[in-house]
Amino acid sequence: MDVFKHFKEFKMDVLKEVGNIGAGNAATALSRLLNKPVDMAVPKVQLLPFEEISEKVGGAEQVVIAIFLRVEGDAPGNLFFILSPEAAKSLLKRLVGIHPEADGLFNEMELSALSEIGNILAGSYLSSLADFTKLSMSPTVPALAMDMAGAILSYGLLQFGQMGDDALLIDTTFLEGDHEVEGQFFLIPDPDSFAKIFQSLGVPVDHD
Amino acid sequence: MIEEQSIVKVGMADLNVVMRSGIIRTVGLGSCIGLTMYDPQLKVAGMAHVMLPSSDIAREGQLNIAKYADTALPALLDKLVELGASPSRIVAKMAGGSQMFAFAGTGDTMRIGPRNVESCKLKLAELHIPLIAEDTGGNYGRTIELDASTGILYIRSVQTGVKEM
Repeated sequence: MDVFKHFKEFKMDVLKEVGNIGAGNAATALSRLLNKPVDMAVPKVQLLPFEEISEKVGGAEQVVIAIFLRVEGDAPGNLFFILSPEAAKSLLKRLVGIHPEADGLFNEMELSALSEIGNILAGSYLSSLADFTKLSMSPTVPALAMDMAGAILSYGLLQFGQMGDDALLIDTTFLEGDHEVEGQFFLIPDPDSFAKIFQSLGVPVDHD
Repeated sequence: MIEEQSIVKVGMADLNVVMRSGIIRTVGLGSCIGLTMYDPQLKVAGMAHVMLPSSDIAREGQLNIAKYADTALPALLDKLVELGASPSRIVAKMAGGSQMFAFAGTGDTMRIGPRNVESCKLKLAELHIPLIAEDTGGNYGRTIELDASTGILYIRSVQTGVKEM
């Protein structure tokens, strides 16, 4: 785990760029879907204790909607696209003209539409990342869950769990112009994937 | 009479104990297991938030024993015994071990919830601790709370609300 603590600043910058490129493309895809500008915050790359990761979306008990896909190939990892239920409703309203009930529950068709939107966004995140790094990255079929953030995100931490109690996370937030739709991408590459990502981008690996 | 209740939080890959009027809780269990041990006579309660089934796969320098089923359960038992609990009186309950995401290809990682459940049961049997209640599996998250004064375990989920066992 110490390897990650000693990542030099420029390595963190490289990972930020990874988040930038992935989320940038996803934001473009969303902006086309919505026909509206979508802004993106500067990606954050942090080594965080497991407990603090769910704090980034409002705490372990906060109900969120997450589209999760496992990345397979040269640099395996976990990718989450996370929305609040409110943001999900707003997305549905704008994109497919569905008005979900106010009680916070989504029916099957609404969930399926959300899953498809998540699929498009996560897919564009990943494909631009694969182009950028020239690594093969193939996504599993995305799965959608609406539940406590802690329960969902813990799935992305299992690989790090074998090595320690922290995980390195590339976090990118994007928001639509009037802030009604806000979403977050969490990319959590498996611990062994970092060397491959750096190598493929021409960053020396052995001289931390 | 108002009695001050202390709430002890157990984080992910963490374990702790509480006595008499205290409450011990852990939030957002997905594939992880919240395992509790309780001595009803002494009213001592312990809880572990187990993340992975076996420490065999650990690649960390300093092992976090609370993280793995095979190391967390004996450690929790020791803690209770240290506080005076008798192993012959201790009973266990557990919740969690769900499969949040259903994929067509179910690799080992994806089956982590059921594997955590199996591993905890195996270890409990080895330690001769009876498992008197469980709420495991499914595809949803849980928050659990054990009341040390009664030994009742409260399980909360987004879809089904609160249940007691």
